[in-house]
Amino acid sequence: MDTLMKERANMFDAKVAKARCKAYRRRILDMSQKVSALHIGGAFSCTEIVDLIYNDLMRPAVNGGHSPDTFLMSKGHGCMIQYMILVEKGILSQADLDAYCTKEGRLGVHPDYGNPGIEASTGALGHGLSMVVGMALAERGRRTGGTIYTVLSDGEIQEGSTWEAILMASSLKLSNIIAFTDNNDFQSLGRTSLTHPSFYPLADKFASFGWETVECDGHSSADLYAAVTGRKGNGPLMVVAKTTKGKGVSYMENVPIWHYRSPNKDEYKQAIAELEAQA
Amino acid sequence: MRNTFSEALYEAATKNPDVYIVVSDISPAGSMAKFSTQYPERFINVGVAEQSMIGICAGLALKGCQPFAYTIATFSLYRPFEMVRDDLGYQNLPVTVVGMGAGVIYSTLGGTHHTMEDIAIAGAIPNMQIVAPCDPAECTEATRWCATQKNGPVYLRIGKAGEPDLTKGAEPWQFGKIRYLRRGTDVCILTYGCITKMATQVADQLQAQGKSVSLVSVHTVKPLDRVGIVEALKRHKHVIVIEEHVPQGGLAPQTKQLAWDTQATCRLDTFTLKDEFIHCYGSWEDLLDAHGVSVPKILAKVA
Repeated sequence: MDTLMKERANMFDAKVAKARCKAYRRRILDMSQKVSALHIGGAFSCTEIVDLIYNDLMRPAVNGGHSPDTFLMSKGHGCMIQYMILVEKGILSQADLDAYCTKEGRLGVHPDYGNPGIEASTGALGHGLSMVVGMALAERGRRTGGTIYTVLSDGEIQEGSTWEAILMASSLKLSNIIAFTDNNDFQSLGRTSLTHPSFYPLADKFASFGWETVECDGHSSADLYAAVTGRKGNGPLMVVAKTTKGKGVSYMENVPIWHYRSPNKDEYKQAIAELEAQA
Repeated sequence: MRNTFSEALYEAATKNPDVYIVVSDISPAGSMAKFSTQYPERFINVGVAEQSMIGICAGLALKGCQPFAYTIATFSLYRPFEMVRDDLGYQNLPVTVVGMGAGVIYSTLGGTHHTMEDIAIAGAIPNMQIVAPCDPAECTEATRWCATQKNGPVYLRIGKAGEPDLTKGAEPWQFGKIRYLRRGTDVCILTYGCITKMATQVADQLQAQGKSVSLVSVHTVKPLDRVGIVEALKRHKHVIVIEEHVPQGGLAPQTKQLAWDTQATCRLDTFTLKDEFIHCYGSWEDLLDAHGVSVPKILAKVA
């Protein structure tokens, strides 16, 4: 564990992380009542991961500038959780969220480079990790010590382009890359383990390409935190995080339609009740 | 051109620590060895993995670097097309995608290695700029410009090796402006890239026939110097476009459109590759001839 991690280890609090994630999910559900296109399922499956990156892993901004670290949302369709956190941090505004997907606004269904806090335009899958490799090279070249964090969907790991980047990140020994696979076992047409059984085991594949690889529960902030802080750090790290698509709302969990659908009024009430009932 | 490209890039990398080159298992000869020895951290070989070549360049540019992607033109543009479009075009990043050996220069390697539609394809992407130097000296100018510009992405279409010097004594190179290599009053030949060699021979022959000939390097194909081309259409009785590209989406149709839009009255002849895959192996000139483009064929039509 490096000095930075040691300093921050004292600050990490799983209970606080849990409360934050509950609040983010609730805000996303609130948002779902205003707009039709939201990708709730994929945002809920990576809520703990994105929360941890922003609130416990990335170093705070110095002197009102940017964090020395970078987060690139490779699974662009999960960006609603990112928007919520950026609003909380004051990087995006509530007005931005209110104007989501309207002609007056600047936020769309996928993250768009140029908007505050958005480091790359993603949404087309299989683009993010190569850009992460380029960013990590730039940080290494300038000796800034910057770490690049990213979240990939398990679906986009089917893209050949992702494997080109997997190959390069470890070959170039880019130890300043920390990646998470949001392994929710679902893609648009159903359960991946049924349609693509040869896709598994996933962690072994990254490991065989020279990545330090850890598997953990992607909805346990403590497990995720331990996965990152316990790394050896000789090369890039891949955290294969087992997650549930639609996590937190019973009727959304593992039901593909919630990849994109928004709940109606009754469904919304039920979802909120379920969230509030959780410890 | 490969050699002058690498020399110019080496110079640029020496001046600017943010200049990177990401190659896909092929490297420009000459000074590139110097580059990779002196700046190993800035010379990245991704292997046969062109999608990551473009994505890595995008990531470098997102962090403020000035990267070049380099491989044979078909593989630098066609294979990773969506990365070129989304990562470079959509994000408007100052990355230079070098298309080496474009056109039908790889004459004996077959259609898989011919780049006949690159101007149309790259030119269709918003924000993309296209520069196609005609000789080694122009390649140096273009590379220096690419290494410092911050407008957005560039597709730099270059030849291979052994191109003759065609621009000695010509007016200075300027991005976005057509460049007169010689000035005349009767006929104006508009061309770009390696086929300028053939255009020069056509110009020589027409001059030998007693005509006063302008020869113009349209090295910046996008954004096209519309003002310059309209002026050329006005000032000459006869304009000839010679390009190593399919008939659609290149300089020829754009010149015709400008002629129509400005009600030009000059005669306008265009010579392009055919809209065909030609299964023919031979020299570069043999391939061009099979496409209907040769000095005698052009002269026979424009006489």
